Order: sequence, then structure tokens, then C-alpha cells
Amino acid sequence: MFSEKGVERLLSVIAFSAISALALIALFIFIEGIPFLLKYGIKDFLLSSDWRPESGKFGIYPMISASFWVMLGAMLVGAPFGIAGAIFLAEFTPKTVMHIIKPAIELLAAVPSVIYGFIGVVVLAPIIREVFGGPGLSLLAGAIILGIMILPTVISISIDSILAVPASFREGSLALGATIWQTVHMLTIKAAKSGIIASIILGMGRAIGETMAVIMVTGNAVMIPNSALDSVRTLTANIALEMSYATGMHREALFATGVVLFIVIIFLNAIASVVIRKKVITK
Amino acid sequence: MKKHLILFCFITAVIFFGCGKGKVSVTLAGSTAFQPFAEKIADEYMKANPNITITVQGGGSAVGIQSANSGAAQIGMADLVKLPDEAKELTSTIVAQDGIAVIVNPKNKIENLSTEQLRDVFNGKINNWKEIGGGDEPITVVSREAGSGTRSSFEKIVTGIKLVDKAVIQNSNGTIRETVANDENSIGYISHGILNEKVKGLKIDNVECTTESIIANNYKLVRPIFLLTKGTPAGEVKKFIDYILTDEIQLMIKKDGLLPAK
Repeated sequence: MFSEKGVERLLSVIAFSAISALALIALFIFIEGIPFLLKYGIKDFLLSSDWRPESGKFGIYPMISASFWVMLGAMLVGAPFGIAGAIFLAEFTPKTVMHIIKPAIELLAAVPSVIYGFIGVVVLAPIIREVFGGPGLSLLAGAIILGIMILPTVISISIDSILAVPASFREGSLALGATIWQTVHMLTIKAAKSGIIASIILGMGRAIGETMAVIMVTGNAVMIPNSALDSVRTLTANIALEMSYATGMHREALFATGVVLFIVIIFLNAIASVVIRKKVITK
Repeated sequence: MKKHLILFCFITAVIFFGCGKGKVSVTLAGSTAFQPFAEKIADEYMKANPNITITVQGGGSAVGIQSANSGAAQIGMADLVKLPDEAKELTSTIVAQDGIAVIVNPKNKIENLSTEQLRDVFNGKINNWKEIGGGDEPITVVSREAGSGTRSSFEKIVTGIKLVDKAVIQNSNGTIRETVANDENSIGYISHGILNEKVKGLKIDNVECTTESIIANNYKLVRPIFLLTKGTPAGEVKKFIDYILTDEIQLMIKKDGLLPAK
């Protein structure tokens, strides 16, 4: 019954339906969002900071800047910890220990984002409010929570790329009398550079696309942040908060927000895959 | 293989005929403020009338109006002070009323705000508690997202609100209550039905937000809850709406924190 040809055909149909889901999502967002962009004006939409849907004003500049700063903050938190953790696990710990800790870190990615958000609201925001002042639900809270959420991405890709550095490189360096740390920071990291950069970029993609945790901890005020303690609203939060109520132009504007987000994330992922591919070619 | 197929067809047929036979279904959609009440009432109603299926969906007041218009639901639920133009062609029945309580943290000394003060706080004109008799602390305004029924009712009644940019936005009554319960300097507004001891309800123009003051028409921030139907309600839809308006159900609504329609 299952001939070679038949299986091949069946698998290709299933595979294409998975890929076409992506195409359909893209098509859907663009069909819903592009007409609005043309009607309202791309420049007004992207650069105006007046978001008052009830009076027909749709400027998403505050959300763009919020998404940017939250993402950058998450990088500042997540990248140093992630890269340091990856180096430690790959170079300074025995293989057996790493094989226990690495899956444990990857388990962080399986924790639902609403749990991160909840911890952010209950633990982190009150601490920020008491120590630094402000509403507590802030850019800083979002950056810290997202920084933790991107750790699994940064750590596991970084570890893989450090381990992919040929053992002969390391052995040569050690044979010349260099210590492990000298070998790591002068050789291994440089050799694994593109993989580490890719891990950070993929982490950025994850940070900018995260929704639930961000809605819960950033306070969602529509304003361009003046400090890390201000409450901000990201692009994703804007869509999720208002979609259930939106009708007409408002709804289209949210889809247009989705278009912007889609383009940013495709762009980030494209950079990441170019960086990774470059590494493969130079090897 | 064939046996399974026959069995499958049989089960499917039973399910379809089972539901189709004599069972009437009514769908409600919209206001999340009224949704839990509607669900409870629907349960009661289905117990008494086993041949009717009532489905209750949320989505917000805008969804309620939309789905009543499109026919996706026979009954739309909306909790707005004034129905928008899209609801003009729909028949509306007020089934309950809901007060909007202005809340602060229990540690806040403030007890009363005038409507003008309330407006200025939400406009950002007053941004420190000391200006209205509290401690020297900045005010954190907490509001709902654009399009929320509670928010538009609040803004319509207080009038002249252009929400301050730095207002924290939360997307449900519950999260507003949590935020205010956690932040000593915050002020927000929620449905009277979910007011509890974690937050303090303020008097507005010296009137407390209680069931009594709302019924006596003294409290200002009150909005009706509408059920919307396309054309005059008839048949099972009418029966269900009439059921909600019976004394027994109105009393149940009142016990759970909403207010009777009349």
C-alpha cells in the first residue's frame, strides 16, 4: 500500500502545507495591513507619536521606540549572561555536567511566558518601584524579564558554535603554553564569533516578538520613554491589547502594526541566517 | 477498517441528529463585564429548559455589537453609556446596571474626589497626590485600553478626558485591581462588581460607590448593560431575555455585584 512514490508524495504534501501556512500568514497580514498604510500614509503611521484610535489618530512611533529599547535592554541583560554561561559550560565544565545543565537551561524556553510575566508583576515590579521609584511596571522590568527569557536561545546556540570550533585549534593553543582562558578569549570566541552573534540576533527576534510577558510587566503606556523607569507599550502589546475591541480603521491599523513587526522579525532572522551561513562557508 | 468506518458514520449521525432534533441554540457574545453573569444565568436556564443550548462568548462590547449586526450571535452584550452608531439598527434591552468604582491603594489617605479632580488626574493636570490632599507622591494613573466598554463609559461620564500619555494601561478589570493593590501611588477604575478589600473605592462628589447609592441614583459613574438583538426579540431569544428580567434572576445578579435593570 505504501509505495516509495506514494510516501514521497504524501510527505511533500504535508511539508508544503506547513510552508504554505507561513505564506498564508504573511499574505493575510499584508492584505489586511497594506491598504491602511497606503490610506493613512506610511510616514504618518511610523513617525507620528499620536496614538488615539478613538479620534482616528494612528501613530506608532512610541511603540516602535518602546520595542527597540526593550529589545536593546533585553540584549544588555541577556547577552553577557548568556555568552558567559555558554563559555563556562563549553570550556570550563566537564562534558557530563554540561549535558545536565544545558538541557536544564533549555527548559527555561519551555516555561510559558505568562509565568514570566506573573513573576515580573509580583516580584520584579514592586522591587523596581521601591528601589528606583516610578510605577514599577516599566521598560526596565520588561528588559530584565525578556533578558531572562532569551537566555536559552543565546546559550544553546553559543554553546553549539563554541563546540563546533575544531579541537585541533584548541590543542594547538594549549600546546603552545596558553592557559584555558587565554585560549578561550583569544581563539575560541573569535572562531565561534559568527555563531555567537547569530545567537544574539535570534534572541533579539525572540525579545521583539514576545507578547504576553511584556504586556504584563511594561505597563503599556503609549509614550516615548524618557528613562528606563517609564512605562512603555511595545508593538506586540499594542496589537494584543486592542485587537479584541478594534473595528474598522482601528483594526486595520493593528494589522499594519503587525506588518511592521513582521518585517522587523524577518529582517532579524535573515541577518542571523546570513551570519550563520557565512561561518559554514569560511570553514 | 470497514467496520470502523461504519461505526464512525453511525456515531456522527447520532451526534448530528441528537443535536438537531428539537434542540434550539442561542448564542450571546460581547461584554466581558456581563459575560460571567450571562454564563451563570444560561446554566440556570438550561437546567430548566433542557432542549435549549445557550452559548456565551466574550470579546468585548464592540464584538457584541458586531456579532449582533452580522448575525454571528443572536444576542450581543454591550456595557456602554451610549451605544455607537453601528448599534442604531439593533433593538436594545437594558438587563442590568453596573457602577464604575474609582479605586486607590488602601494605604492612600484620600477618601473623596470631585469630578473635576478626577478629570484632572486622568488628564495629567494633577500629577502629585499632595495637590488633592494626599502625601507628596507622584500619581500613577491606571486605565483600560482604547475600545474598552468600561473606559469609554468612564470617559463619557466624567467628560473632557484626554488620557495622560504616561498612564499605565491594563486590559482587564482584574489586572487593574492587581496593579492598584500593588502600587501605593496608583489610581484606577473597575466594575463595581469586582471591588474587594485589596483596594479602596473612592467617594465621587461625596457619594460612595455602593449598591444603595447606585440604586438611589446618587452615584454618578453608572453604565447600563445592554442586550442587543436584530429586530424585536422573538421566540427563544425573547424568552431568554424575559427570563433575565424576572425578579429571581435580577436578585441573583444583585447578589453577585451587578445592579438590577430598574
